[in-house]
Amino acid sequence: MARTMAEKVWEEHVVRRADGEPDLLYIDLHLVHEVTSPQAFEGLRLAGRGVRRPDLTVATEDHNVPTENILGPIADKVSRTQIETLRKNAAEFGVRLFPMGDIDQGIVHVVGPQMGLTQPGMTIVCGDSHTSTHGAFGALAFGIGTSQVEHVLATQTLPMTPFKTMAVTVNGTLKPGVTAKDIILAVIAEIGTGGGQGYVIEYRGEAIRALSMEARMTICNMSIEAGARAGMIAPDQTTFDYIEGRPHAPAGADFEAAVEHWKSLRSDEDAVFDKEVVLDADRLSPFVTWGTNPGQGVPLDAEVPDPAEMAGADDRAAAEKALSYMDLRAGTRMRDIRVDTVFLGSCTNGRIEDLRAAAEVIKGRKVADGVRMLVVPGSMRVKEQANEEGLGEVFKAAGAEWREAGCSMCLGMNPDQLKPGERSASTSNRNFEGRQGKGGRTHLVSPLVAAATAVRGTLSSPADL
Amino acid sequence: MEKFTVHTGRGAPLRASNVDTDQIIPAVYLKRVARTGFEDGLFAAWRANDPDFVLNREAYRGSDVLIAGPDFGTGSSREHAVWALQDYGFKAVLSPRFADIFRGNALKGGLLAVVLPQPVIERLWAIVEADPSAPVTVDLVEREVRAPGLTEPFEIDDYTRWRLMEGLDDIALTLRHTDDIDAYEETRRSWLPVTR
Repeated sequence: MARTMAEKVWEEHVVRRADGEPDLLYIDLHLVHEVTSPQAFEGLRLAGRGVRRPDLTVATEDHNVPTENILGPIADKVSRTQIETLRKNAAEFGVRLFPMGDIDQGIVHVVGPQMGLTQPGMTIVCGDSHTSTHGAFGALAFGIGTSQVEHVLATQTLPMTPFKTMAVTVNGTLKPGVTAKDIILAVIAEIGTGGGQGYVIEYRGEAIRALSMEARMTICNMSIEAGARAGMIAPDQTTFDYIEGRPHAPAGADFEAAVEHWKSLRSDEDAVFDKEVVLDADRLSPFVTWGTNPGQGVPLDAEVPDPAEMAGADDRAAAEKALSYMDLRAGTRMRDIRVDTVFLGSCTNGRIEDLRAAAEVIKGRKVADGVRMLVVPGSMRVKEQANEEGLGEVFKAAGAEWREAGCSMCLGMNPDQLKPGERSASTSNRNFEGRQGKGGRTHLVSPLVAAATAVRGTLSSPADL
Repeated sequence: MEKFTVHTGRGAPLRASNVDTDQIIPAVYLKRVARTGFEDGLFAAWRANDPDFVLNREAYRGSDVLIAGPDFGTGSSREHAVWALQDYGFKAVLSPRFADIFRGNALKGGLLAVVLPQPVIERLWAIVEADPSAPVTVDLVEREVRAPGLTEPFEIDDYTRWRLMEGLDDIALTLRHTDDIDAYEETRRSWLPVTR
């Protein structure tokens, strides 16, 4: 029977199947960070259990970490305790950890791929919803809660009920200035924040094939914002080239064998998806959000929508509430919206290509008066590479703050936060109320729009400069 | 985990869609390493800033069945959202649609996340708004939600229902199959990465 890629990867990982029970799936890689793991390790301790496969587990410090003065003690006592708890747990249970100051430290979803730990056909989990990022390699990767973190630590498996499958096909070619971020924001606006609920999305089509690995990660990363647990892209030469030579990638004959296997993972020609969505890349333009969920987005060329013109009562009520929180009026041109802060970073857009794209726009220009621009690389390796390429200097010369690696203002668990009433253009993934700081207002944008917005002080694309 | 069979309590109408986990518990409360005591973080911003928010209204004090709009629990995978609801006293959440991870977390931890059609949710809102003391029953044995003048079935798979009714720990169940896990590991491809 013809199968989709997600079904193939699933089948390869079934440890046990029994009538009336969820499948028990084997997990190839478990990524751990400080926020969703302490209660899981404590659970192991209380039950007298160990970590079954520390060699398939790796931890990094990312959510809480300051992005300045990282070698001193963390000022926030509660954050410090959480980081220290991870260090203690990693040592006690034999899990490899990348602490602050380590060259391999960074956001968990940036670290896995850059080390070559993320490979096609694997099952990958993490106590973080943006684990969907790793699906860009053709891995089945999804976020889990702390109970499941404990379950994977103890057994290296998870009981799972099968997902449905959805194909999102993006045909055509992106226009210059339009990026992967614009594709995924348009997809979410199209299918809604609950549209992917219960599905694994497979992104396909000419426009997806043309994307780099990093751009593919941006797309898969935000699958969760469309309600899907996982997003996947079939591995191809772009994938193989990205993986080859990385520290944990197979080498020599193993690499040849791996590629042979990876090529077999793509969905069969006649595989049937439970749902199909088609988009035309030629018609996409830079996309930005106006509301308080990632589905509330419009093209940058558009205006703030009028709730009165929305069809569903729920949508209308949600839009009214969002506009009130965002302090926006229907009919305002998106380009006229002034921001206080620009945040470039996160597991969505904190990779080297994102920094290059933004630096290209901002080079020789200045961040507008009254605007603060925070540039936070996704990992210390990204920072190192950016410095080698002179990007750090470009950002600093423009008046931006060039920080250390971490999740930072994406969720404001460290000191990088919006103040009440402040407004940001952010390359992160969620514009929820208060996400970037209590009372803060977030517009999700691509790195190109972020950079142009920093220069003009209002939501802008590079074409406006 | 506590066993769940039948719970009768009072309903709190949360007339909002897309209640994300950042609203249920803001990230600042996630820095703790304990497993309990998250009730102060539950809906922290709405409780602090909106006197009309349902949990700020005297009539709904002590309510323990949350009746929410669609797409409840979207966003982050934080299980703290489930813990906060439980620590505050909620036993069940009813919604037309849940985010996958939230629903999974809830059912792991014994917070019953029940999917009901939007019209049923609207009738429940009307019932508990007309009479905040109206009894709302979530019956896992019969797979039914009941309130005065309303009896509605809901779906939940047999396995999850059994696990919740017995209060069973998933890890202990899986560890019964250690032989299967050992056997599977023998078949894994040799070139798969290790983190060392």
